[in-house]
Amino acid sequence: MTVEMALPELGDDAPDEAEVSFWYVEVGEHVKDGQDMVEMVTDKAAFTVPAPAGGRLASILVTEGDRVKVGDTLAIIED
Amino acid sequence: MSGRAELTVLGPDRMAYEEAFEEQVRLRDDCIASGGARSYLVLLEHPPTITVGRSGKTEEVLTGERRLAEQEVALVETNRGGRVTFHGPGQLVGYPIIHLGRRGLDLHRYMRDLETWLVKLCRSFGVEAHADSPHTGVWVGDRKIASIGIAARRWVTYHGVALNVDADLDWFRLIVPCGLSGVEMTSLEKELGAAPPFQEVALRAADVFCEHFEMRRAVTTGGERRIE
Repeated sequence: MTVEMALPELGDDAPDEAEVSFWYVEVGEHVKDGQDMVEMVTDKAAFTVPAPAGGRLASILVTEGDRVKVGDTLAIIED
Repeated sequence: MSGRAELTVLGPDRMAYEEAFEEQVRLRDDCIASGGARSYLVLLEHPPTITVGRSGKTEEVLTGERRLAEQEVALVETNRGGRVTFHGPGQLVGYPIIHLGRRGLDLHRYMRDLETWLVKLCRSFGVEAHADSPHTGVWVGDRKIASIGIAARRWVTYHGVALNVDADLDWFRLIVPCGLSGVEMTSLEKELGAAPPFQEVALRAADVFCEHFEMRRAVTTGGERRIE
């Protein structure tokens, strides 16, 4: 089974997109549920997105510098 | 007000940027481990330090590394949002470490809250400060008195704000503050003619923070880093 990791809602006052700062993990790595996966930045804020499930990181769909919208898939995890 | 979350206030100390960063990470992870129950406000003064945030570019630092070293200015890349800023003596740095669960899980609403906190603080000293969204920060006229750059992990905040109390504003000539070329920096001292005592600004910053964020100061049992 695969789980898609998407950019979560950032709040009503926040923009609906953020920029990929860097990935903490690499494709093929085993990740734990809740582990920090990627750092994102908006205007003056930086934040981490945690893994929605544990498993093997099957693919990373966005790279550093990409602008991503809320709900867009960032990575796919296989358990 | 028993429903208010508790806030432990630490400082104000003079502390090197990296040391303060390590403390923030410790407190942040403690706040996460407590499910957001343990919150902190760290108040500090840094020795002269230029920090480059996640959106900062090295060309926004206008002085070479050798000259910075000669002037004993540290240069640090850091993981807050935002671009380049300066920290130094006479600037009150505040790092709130709080869970945003009570405040709508919204980093940008949180930044607006930080601005309101500092606007109220400045006004309590008679300085007519205002926020100027989307230009994050606190302004007096078109002069910038405080800068904001934050980070969050699991909705627990770290990094924060820097308010010029009586900092030497010439230091800001070393950089392009926040990527805004031509921006004029100001301080409480510059606006008032004479700065209120640093300790008083720090104390009041803690009080106004509690009021605005609807928290109450934890009753502390000693601990030399706690402001009372």
